[in-house]
Amino acid sequence: MAEDTSSPAAGNEWPLWEIFIRGQHGMSHRHVGSLHATDAEHAIKNARDVYTRRNEGVSIWVVPASQVSASSPSDKGPMFDPARDKVYRHPTFYELPDEAGKM
Amino acid sequence: MYAQLVKSEASAEDPIRLAEFQARIDRGEKIEPKDWMPAGYRKTLIRQIGQHAHSEIVGQLPEGNWITRAPTLERKANLLAKVQDEAGHGLYLYCAAETLGVSRDELFEMLHNGKMKYSSIFNYPTLTWADMGAVGWLVDGAAIMNQVPLQRTSYGPYARAMVRICKEESFHQRQGYHLLLHMMKGSEAQQRMCQDALNRMWFPALMMFGPSDKDSVHSAQSMAWKIKMNTNDELRQKFVDETVRQAEFLGLQIPDDALRWNESTGHYDFSEPDWDEFHDVISGNGPCNHERLEARKSAWNDGAWVREARMAHAMKNSERRLAAAE
Repeated sequence: MAEDTSSPAAGNEWPLWEIFIRGQHGMSHRHVGSLHATDAEHAIKNARDVYTRRNEGVSIWVVPASQVSASSPSDKGPMFDPARDKVYRHPTFYELPDEAGKM
Repeated sequence: MYAQLVKSEASAEDPIRLAEFQARIDRGEKIEPKDWMPAGYRKTLIRQIGQHAHSEIVGQLPEGNWITRAPTLERKANLLAKVQDEAGHGLYLYCAAETLGVSRDELFEMLHNGKMKYSSIFNYPTLTWADMGAVGWLVDGAAIMNQVPLQRTSYGPYARAMVRICKEESFHQRQGYHLLLHMMKGSEAQQRMCQDALNRMWFPALMMFGPSDKDSVHSAQSMAWKIKMNTNDELRQKFVDETVRQAEFLGLQIPDDALRWNESTGHYDFSEPDWDEFHDVISGNGPCNHERLEARKSAWNDGAWVREARMAHAMKNSERRLAAAE
């Protein structure tokens, strides 16, 4: 993530970056919002001021918004519905006798 | 509120799609940037979030006015932190608006050429240090009234920006009240200064909630879309009910002879602000409209070379990296 793979956008507006913050040690980075900056280093500096004024983070990732690929809302059905009826993927599907003990 | 007189757009789309969309909102689902939405929903939200963002940014000016003249280093640090927060809040909101397909530059352009508005409250001057207390207590207090319910608004990015803002805003109101509490323990002149600040700020603060419900033409559609969560009068009443007690504790008099507790309604009765003044201020003729807008425009124009230089620097570095990799 430290490597800046984006090239600065043409036009006057600074490119948009998506910001991810690790709130505390042991947690994963979480998307907190976005901001404009000229390059990755600048984006990290701005993210510090915009998103961690109250000690909200121990680490920052920045990703050019143009580099994020997302699933489309219209694919929601085909993408996620098949997982719905597979209840046997959850431990509660398997009823075991109490005598077997905690499992 | 921060969004006053936001015109709500009706939509002329396929009635079935519109009904499905409304059903999602009624179920409490969040609408996300890539989801289908009526053009009117999008347009109204851009207007409302944009106005909200502009208010945060222009709202830095009346308080920025006092940073260099704060009476102690501690108060200066407090005020600086608050004003910095306002900048942050503006940025969260601009980003939320941009997810709807408007660019940051377009939003600035519309602020600068008067096509978009910001809250009327920031067109009043901050004349004394006590105003810093009154602004935090009343203006941020009124903002909180509006923003807390907006955390449940239907548009995901807007709701998430509101959650962040609400977390931070409570300190703004408390530091203002704290400041007034201390000043009220001071000399008679200081106490008079606090009363004067309240006298000037009270009705403009009430205007923040927008026109009376009977004159508020844009509410119904926005409330159905859950872009607006309460009516203007509901929020204004709530604000008065809470603030009267706080004024009494400070030993300050609310400048309204008609203010009294109404046993039957369980609320305070109070005088309406001067709506002619409100319309005058919001259409550009308040005491500081010109000054505020000029300050924004010159900040934007004078900063142009910095924006360009940063961009040129980033381009140069990126070219160097590419060359080194070859």
